[in-house]
Amino acid sequence: MLDQTEGFVTEDGRKIGPVVMEMKNITLRFGGVVAIKDISFDIREGEIRAIIGPNGAGKSSMLNVISGFYHPQEGEVWYKGAKRPAMKPYQVARQGIARTFQNIALFEGMSVLDNVMTGRFRQMTSGFWAQALWKGPAEREEIANREAVERIIDFLEIQHIRKTPVGRLPYGLKKRVELARALAAEPSILLLDEPMAGMNVEEKEDMSRFILDVNDEFGTTIALIEHDMGVVMDLSDRVVVMDYGKKIGDGTPDEVRNNQDVIDAYLGVAHD
Amino acid sequence: MPEQLIWGMEVFFNGLMAGVLYALVALGFVLIFKASGIFNYAQGVMALFAALTLVGIMEGQVPFAHLINAIFGTEIHHFGWHVPGLLAILLTMVVMIALAWAVNQFIFRHLVNQEPIILFMATIGLAYFLEGVGDIMWGSDIKKLDVGLPQGINGPIDELTYNIFNYGFFIDNLDLVATLVAALLVIALVIFAQYSKQGRAMRAVADDHQAALSVGISLNFIWVMVWSLAGFVALVAGIMWGTKSGVQFSLSLIALKALPVLMLGGFTSIPGAIVGGLIIGVGEKLFEFAVGPMVGGATENWFAYVLALLFLVFRPQGLFGEKIIERV
Repeated sequence: MLDQTEGFVTEDGRKIGPVVMEMKNITLRFGGVVAIKDISFDIREGEIRAIIGPNGAGKSSMLNVISGFYHPQEGEVWYKGAKRPAMKPYQVARQGIARTFQNIALFEGMSVLDNVMTGRFRQMTSGFWAQALWKGPAEREEIANREAVERIIDFLEIQHIRKTPVGRLPYGLKKRVELARALAAEPSILLLDEPMAGMNVEEKEDMSRFILDVNDEFGTTIALIEHDMGVVMDLSDRVVVMDYGKKIGDGTPDEVRNNQDVIDAYLGVAHD
Repeated sequence: MPEQLIWGMEVFFNGLMAGVLYALVALGFVLIFKASGIFNYAQGVMALFAALTLVGIMEGQVPFAHLINAIFGTEIHHFGWHVPGLLAILLTMVVMIALAWAVNQFIFRHLVNQEPIILFMATIGLAYFLEGVGDIMWGSDIKKLDVGLPQGINGPIDELTYNIFNYGFFIDNLDLVATLVAALLVIALVIFAQYSKQGRAMRAVADDHQAALSVGISLNFIWVMVWSLAGFVALVAGIMWGTKSGVQFSLSLIALKALPVLMLGGFTSIPGAIVGGLIIGVGEKLFEFAVGPMVGGATENWFAYVLALLFLVFRPQGLFGEKIIERV
């Protein structure tokens, strides 16, 4: 079912489209340390794709490769049917790949609204001088962007803190603001780096609900990293499992759950 | 009304005007500090360099004339044309943008994520380098700058105050122009920073590099833009100071006067730079007027620094600066 190029329909009736991003034989080294070793996988349009693995498996490195923060020594990244040349992170972002960070990277001194507005950077296309003079197109654009941002703020239920400087918010809300900012870019692929890290059960449930709703409502393709197995299995359509920089499993949650290598990696195995 | 009070009022107004000029220099510091965390020691020299370049272009001076003459044994000094003020200002701005690009390309791009003190040291180096380049490029003699700004006593104010107090206030037209320009500049900068795409990106870069990259902001573009803005503010300050007291090396020393202004206003606040400038301007003029005669004068040389020192002791973040909070 997965090899159909045109996509497929999931059990709960969602339509998953063709491949939008493909990683081919990615190898990433830091000096002598091999962080990622010859990994290939793809991401399909409209799906929730998870990358899981124990600590230090290379998940975050993989995400950084996708978002252009790291450049692999070997392998190719294919995006929307074309091989992607080595790019700077801001160029990747402008191509429609938005991300959040494991340790939250928000503009602490700016209000929630301004933070989410920066997410619209890609959509603001009027020229430097029009912007500087705040004339015609720049003004209309700002209003249109503002409307889009307010929709997202409503959607993620952060209206009540719109004007609050982000630095004052508690951890859980910061995570949500970061999601809002990434979402504001209307990304083709949304990368979430441990969206539930450090959250309590209730916050995790909220975040899971938002991720599912985002995917459902906007049809956003989501690739996320987690090491909480339970959450991942409930959320995602397909899962890549990494361990020590290598891929040890790839498939639906059920397939992965029954994969002996994965079980060994998570539960440990006696070496003799 | 007693004479002393009337004189005091005149001093007060002149202090305000002087304060505006301090604020103009301080503004350049605040801009760069807010956007990149760099305390730009070279801001004063940039003002000097901008003024030198402006005069040079207006007079049709050949840049590096001395150097060229020394090497090739020629005797060229001038192109023989004069460039009108407005065009010369635009050309100078082009030079300042080129300078901004070079500063980012050759210095600060390589110092990303370094300690603030290292960045500060780099700007000291930049200051001396730029001073030297300005010298070689345009010569070290004192030059007169006249871009057509009105100068001299303002007639209507003189007349008006004479009718009221029987004593005409001396207010310089140039100071009035400087006030107007500073006001416009601040309004424009605040609107730009708060509501435009690039302004928001500028604040974003100041806050978090990684996050800025992840929403598609090019750090290099923003840094060049910020240094260009600082170059623009330096140009405005250079024009005002240059017109007032001639374009000369001591222009770069007004940067030192901006330090107490910043300590008062806070390093991160644009309105703070203005209010700080005004307080210093009025403060030192009134102090000189009231206390000066008792201590033998020349209090203007130190008053600002003593005031700044008091602020450092009692309110280190300045009047408008962000309160320093450390989460533990």
